[in-house]
Amino acid sequence: MITLTRIVKRFGEQTVLHEVDLTLGEGTVTALIGPSGSGKSTLLRCVNLLEMPQSGELKLGDSHLVFTPGKPADRRAVLALRQQTGMVFQNFQLFPHRTALGNVMEGLVTVQRWPEDKARRRALDLLDKVGMAHKADAFPASLSGGQQQRVAIARALAPSPRVLLCDEPTSALDPELAGEVVAVLRQLAEEGTTMLMATHDLRLAASVAHQAVFLEAGKVVESGPSRELFSSPRQARTAGFIATLTAAAGGHGAN
Amino acid sequence: MPHWMQLMLDSLGPLLWAGLVFTVPLTLLSFAGGLVLGYLTALARLFGPRPLVAIARFYVWIFRGTPLLVQLFLIFYGLPSVGIVLDAFPAALIGFILNVGAYTSEIVRSAISAVPSGQWEASYSIGMNWRQAMARTILPQAGRIAVPPLSNSFIALVKDTSLAAAVTVPELFQAAQRIVATTYEPLILYIEAALIYLVLSSALSLLQSRLETRLGGYGGFLGEKA
Ligand SMILES: Nc1ncnc2c1ncn2[C@@H]1O[C@H](COP(=O)(O)OP(=O)(O)OP(=O)(O)O)[C@@H](O)[C@H]1O
Ligand SMILES: [Mg+2]
Repeated sequence: MITLTRIVKRFGEQTVLHEVDLTLGEGTVTALIGPSGSGKSTLLRCVNLLEMPQSGELKLGDSHLVFTPGKPADRRAVLALRQQTGMVFQNFQLFPHRTALGNVMEGLVTVQRWPEDKARRRALDLLDKVGMAHKADAFPASLSGGQQQRVAIARALAPSPRVLLCDEPTSALDPELAGEVVAVLRQLAEEGTTMLMATHDLRLAASVAHQAVFLEAGKVVESGPSRELFSSPRQARTAGFIATLTAAAGGHGAN
Repeated sequence: MPHWMQLMLDSLGPLLWAGLVFTVPLTLLSFAGGLVLGYLTALARLFGPRPLVAIARFYVWIFRGTPLLVQLFLIFYGLPSVGIVLDAFPAALIGFILNVGAYTSEIVRSAISAVPSGQWEASYSIGMNWRQAMARTILPQAGRIAVPPLSNSFIALVKDTSLAAAVTVPELFQAAQRIVATTYEPLILYIEAALIYLVLSSALSLLQSRLETRLGGYGGFLGEKA
């Protein structure tokens, strides 16, 4: 179980997250939806502390962090927490100077201090899982966007994180390539990987997520089982937003 | 054999010797020291606390904003007035290191800044600390970005070491000056010195393009294609 309690995040004067509460059950997938600027990325980044919340609490595995304004979190606690999370970025952010295999091995070798050959075996298994074993020796620049994102997923999974954070993992991809990434994420979901993903992609959200959270202006407007939230939202704002997503998806011939 | 050719042949030995014993070590040591200093200065400017940033900026401002020759004179002829007396070679070496450090700090700084911030985040997201992210992710990429401008600085430095003649270092150019003093053949001797510098810097340029081609690998990561 991963719990965020009353998370507040400010950038200067602007409050981007207003006391957000969020609970992720073990083995569940939660979709984070909401308009642009609503704070989805910020919330994700507060889970692995790429952004430091000003206040609130975060419980994840062995880590329990309490944030107090003006008091920086303990560096070691931050590193320990990050080792229990994996993140997939919208624009992949693979290491361009390393092969696909090197990208996946990097965390194991450098951070977890695994011996090379053990790390290589695990990395190859993961590349196989995301259908990229045949490109193990390719550099990112020679891979398609969908292939890069699948390698990035393998890299994020390498240290066996308790939660996989995905920030719009398909939105930099055209529908065809997005499809292969959705397939990988769906398979991970079926295997019981805990995930939190921000997305504008209803196909992804509907086919992978168990839970959905609708965020607006840094507040959770509505949350619940994804099927219900998408088909019969209780809040008018949620309904309105989902209508725009459906229209956009229809307009691009996706879904 | 014509007179000029005889003269060139006779002086080739002393000139090459001076190059080997003074120019080459001065170049290599200055560049190595300048790189270290430049790297530390770049780190100070990018990540240091405010006072350190100010010191680093001041240093770069001074050493990029004044002529190298003036810097060398200040160190060799000026510092003795405040009781700091240095031999010619160490004085020149210090001057070159300070000068090279100021220029390379800007190269290193812009190369590190040119690595997208997402690369830091990706490194942190797999649990790396700052040092690991710097060493494993940022520097290898910044290094490739910095190679062309750094090799340009290196080639410029080979030629700039001739300024050390002005503070009595008996390097290649000063050896030529000495021979001129006894033979009264400035045209021939200075042409010869120029040719030796030309051969040196051409060889380095060749090495540079080889190096850049090699680093252009990695699936065209540094290459022309976007
Ligand atoms: N580093 C930052 N500094 C200042 N403001 C920021 C920073 N990061 C995000 N913001 C602001 O926080 C708000 C929420 O941004 P965030 O990126 O979390 O939104 P989002 O829901 O992910 O939007 P999108 O759907 O466009 O990705 C925005 O107003 C944004 O301008
Ligand atoms: Mg976002």
